[in-house]
Formats: sequence, C-alpha cells, structure tokens
Amino acid sequence: MSLKKKFFLKSWFITPDSSGVMNESSIKMYNIFSKVRPSAKYLIDRKVFPYIFCQKFNNENIYIIHKKNILFSLFILKNHINFQYKLLSSISGVDFLSTQFAKNFRFAVVYDLLSLKFKNRLRVKVFLNEISTISSSCSVYYNANWWEREIWDMYGIWFDKHPDLRRILTDYGFDGFPLRKDFPLSGYIDVSYSTDKRRIISEPLELTQEFRAFTFESQW
Amino acid sequence: MNSNVPLIKNSFKKILKKTESKNRLKNFTINFGPQHPAAHGVLRLILELNGEVVVKADPHIGLLHRGTEKLIEYKTVLQALPYFDRLDYVSMMAQEHTFSLAVEKLANISVSPKVLLIRVLFLEITRILSHLLSVGCHAMDVGAMTPFLWAFEEREKLMEFYERVSGARMHAAYIRPGGLSSDFPAELLCDIKVFSLNFSDRLAEIEEMLTNNRIWKERLVDVGIVSSKQAADWGFSGVMLRGTGIAWDLRKNMPYDYYQDLIFDVPVGSKGDCYDRYLLRVEEMAQSLRIINQVISVLDNKIYDFYSLKSQINNSKSSVKYNVMKTYMEDLIDHFKLNTGSIVLRAGETYCATEAPKGEFGVYLIGNNTEKPFRCKIKAPGFGHLQSLNDMCKGHMLADVVTIIGTQDIVFGEVDR
Repeated sequence: MSLKKKFFLKSWFITPDSSGVMNESSIKMYNIFSKVRPSAKYLIDRKVFPYIFCQKFNNENIYIIHKKNILFSLFILKNHINFQYKLLSSISGVDFLSTQFAKNFRFAVVYDLLSLKFKNRLRVKVFLNEISTISSSCSVYYNANWWEREIWDMYGIWFDKHPDLRRILTDYGFDGFPLRKDFPLSGYIDVSYSTDKRRIISEPLELTQEFRAFTFESQW
Repeated sequence: MNSNVPLIKNSFKKILKKTESKNRLKNFTINFGPQHPAAHGVLRLILELNGEVVVKADPHIGLLHRGTEKLIEYKTVLQALPYFDRLDYVSMMAQEHTFSLAVEKLANISVSPKVLLIRVLFLEITRILSHLLSVGCHAMDVGAMTPFLWAFEEREKLMEFYERVSGARMHAAYIRPGGLSSDFPAELLCDIKVFSLNFSDRLAEIEEMLTNNRIWKERLVDVGIVSSKQAADWGFSGVMLRGTGIAWDLRKNMPYDYYQDLIFDVPVGSKGDCYDRYLLRVEEMAQSLRIINQVISVLDNKIYDFYSLKSQINNSKSSVKYNVMKTYMEDLIDHFKLNTGSIVLRAGETYCATEAPKGEFGVYLIGNNTEKPFRCKIKAPGFGHLQSLNDMCKGHMLADVVTIIGTQDIVFGEVDR
C-alpha cells in the first residue's frame, strides 16, 4: 500500500466529531468500517476507475476519489456498460472544520449518482483543502451546473472551467460563504426596510443578547 | 496630436456603426417576476426575446432562501423536523417522511407496521394535495379558472384531515423520526373513506373540464417536449421523468415503508410534453386513491397488531410505550429524555430519497454521534427541474414559458431552501 493510500485511510476513519477528539464511539466506527471494507473492496476493480478506497455504509457504496481523477471517474461511471449511472441526483458540499479531519482536508464534494438501469445508487467523494480547486463536472453531467453553483455560493469551492459560476441562492452582492462552519448562524448584516429612506437598507448586525451556541455533545 | 484626430473619428464611426447594427438585431430582455402570479412564487426570470420567441431564460432564484440547511446544523433532530414542512409547502408530510427515514437509518430505529401504514396513508393524501394544486394552478395560469376553485375545495378537505391528526392545517410535523407525533383518531378513518368515495367524481369533473378542452390542449400539446435522454441529462425525477416514458417511481423501484405490498400502477407518458404530464398527474391522483383505499381496508380490519405507537429504539435500553409511560416513573423519564434530548445520530452518513409528489426528494445526512446533524443536505426536485427551464423554453413563445413553469410544478420553498 502506497503512502498516499495509507494517509487517506487514516484520515478518513477519524469520523467528524464536534469535540475534535477521537472518542470511544468514533473508534467503534473505525472498527465497523474496517470490518466492512474488505467485502466492499471487490465491488469495482481499481483498474476500471482509479478510486482511493471504497466504503460501504447502510448498504450504500461510497467511493473516494482523488480530485485529479474526478472527471474521468464520473465519465466511466456514467458511460460504462456495467454501471450506467446516467443520472446525477445531487452534488453536496461538506465542511469538516473543527474536526480532526480538517487538518488535512477541510471540504468534501459529494456526488450522488443514480443508475436507472440497475436501480442502484452510488456516492462519489472528493476531498479538498481550503485552497485547492476542483474541475467542474458539467462536461459529464449537464445538470451539475446549478449544484456546483450552489456549492460555490455556500462553501466557496471553486470549480474550474464551470460555464457560469455565479452565486445562486444568496442575495446580489452577498459577502462570505454561509454554510462554512466558521460563518455564524446569525450572519453579519441585518436587512430591513427603512421608513425614513423608503428603501431596503442593510446594516451590521446587532443582537440584544449574544447568540448562544450549545456545543456540548448530548444534553444527557 | 493632429494625426490622431481622424483616427479617433474613424474608430468612433466604427463603434457607432457597430452599435447601430447591434441595436437593430438586439434581443428584447424582460424581467418575468419576482411578483408575477404565474411565476409560482418568487422566481425572477430574465427572458431574452426575439420578437415573441424566447432565446434565453435565466432564472434568478434565492429570493426565498432561509438557510434551512444551516439552521438544521444547529438544531436537534426533533427541532429540525418542522423545517421540512416549510420546504415544499404544498407537500408537507412527504418531506417530513424523508427526513424521518434518513434519521431512522442513521439512528438504527425500526418502526411498527401500523405507523408505516398511517404514514403511507398520509403520504398519498399529501400526493393528492400537491397534484391538485399543481393541476389547478397550471390550469389557472393558462386561463381556466374553474378547476382551480374545485381543486382548492378538495384540498381544504384534505387539510382538514391534516388538522385532525396533528392540529395544523399545513405544517403538520406529524411524521417524526421513530414514529408519529400522536395516535390516529379512529373515527378519522371513516371520514377519509367517505372522502375517497367522493373524490373520484371530483377528479372526473376536473378531467371533464380540461382533458378534451380545445384551449387547454392548444396550450399544452407539443409544448415543452422532453426526450428521455434529455430528462436523464437534466437530472429529472418524478412526473417530469415519467412523462418521457421512463417508468421510474421510487415507490416501485426502490420501495420503502409499505409500498412493496401495495397494488398500484405507475403511469408513463409517451410524448414528454406538458399535456402528457397533466394526464400523468391526474392518473397519479387516481392511483393514490387506490392506495388510500387499500390502506384503509387493512387498518380497518385490524390485520396488523396495534403496536404501541412509540417505536422501539434499538440502541436505547428501553422502548417507551405510551400507556406505560403514564404509569411508571422510569418510563416517564425515558420519554422525557427522548422528547427533550432527541435522538443521537451515529457517526456515519446516508442519502435517503423518496418519491415526493414533485419528484425525488432526498436528504443527505451526516451524523457525528451527537443529537445535531453534522450536515443535512436537502435535494429538492424543483431545483433540478428549474435548472432546465432555459433548455425547455428555448424556441417557445413567451406565453409557453408560463405553461412550462406550471408543468414543472415549481414551489419556491424547496428550490430556495
């Protein structure tokens, strides 16, 4: 096993955890994953498309792919006669900030694929750090366009060669990436209608009471 | 300096010429919405028109963006649930159900058969609720007022069922992770039966007004044709996908809850135009009625043991039974802990998709051994459908844009999230 593979294995098995420490339950998860992994390994040969490793969870197959290979892998998954994942359900972003995992890779981009032919779903994951970009999958899946725009809007992950990478859900002229974990829930600006000026104004947010985030793991 | 003057003049003339020629050929750009009634909410559509023919349609969405996904990350599972009612606000329970399924998968909760049956019953009521609005509003958008009024009368009856079961007409929060919020009043079953007996007549009346109506057909036939390849490319689901001839219904193809035991058909379109999709919606309502009747007969005959409604939670030490809860202190504490402290989501992830009335509604949930979801991505069918508006509208007349928005059945609660 190459160094890179080892690295990925190690870093992923530390599951996201609010405390950022590997606790008892996440070690348990490690065992579950490692038990499942060998059987899942035989699902797809690495010669077909280059995945780093595969995991099976809740009967859902997840393939982790290096960002360099994403376009090629998606192309194979879409067009290979044995897969035919013709339909892209959605693309989601994940921010791993404040977890152990974020030291190496802060973001994940997750592709949910659906094969109508084989009645099967498959998930493809790519891990990114804060400065790296990923190539847009619009050339393979036409409807990736808006999903990627949404991820750019929410997480600030840049998609190379995207035909039209504008913000989509936030307001015109919005600043910041709201779904990142370091973006506060209350936001930074307060938009209201000013009766004096007779237009909508935006001011810096002022809360009468500080926002209380209850970060402890369980109430019990 | 002097030598430059004619140069500047020349270039100026060139620019003038260019703009003149551009002006002559320039397309007309109009703003459709965000306050247009046919925009089904707050869609700002920037249309580029060549005469009356649409050259380009650029939807600007996000005017109803409330940051649902962000809010859910700060809420426990039970607190997060009501946000799902408010996504697609005409098919409320379908979304609660998807979220509940995802949570049940992550928290390893099994649900009793009676709960599944009641869920299916209300999912199908929700489907009728949504399709009635869809067909009614679509008809109104293209000029037929009457079916809209009839549809809303029926919707009112259905929302009364919602109210009787949960206390709220629309945002029910009835289907919850692990079961339902409260038991099902026995006399309600009888009233739903009465409704189902009458509803097929109402459906026939609506069909009578529209199906062979010349104006309706002129507006819908051959408008917004989608081929099956295009539908897959654009990531369609639900009626939009079935309209193109692909028999893909998650209730049949990837059955969840109780659907594998129920008898119903999946109608499929032939041409992929708006008229096909209208027919599909009407037929799906009839099929939903079939399912409702089956569920009622099963519930009525009490073929299934009436388990306690509180489901058995595998990873907690004791299951809380409602009757027992009122008598024993320990069970009361358990019940209290479950309802205030919520369910702990295991570290892991799941993508759970169900056949919502509008298409495949998916929840991608990541847990991290706490009560709050680490990430909850909501895959709304409307988002994928609206994306293809540009491709569907290209080459159509301005008035057809309204038809296409109507047939896509877009609700901005779920598109903007």
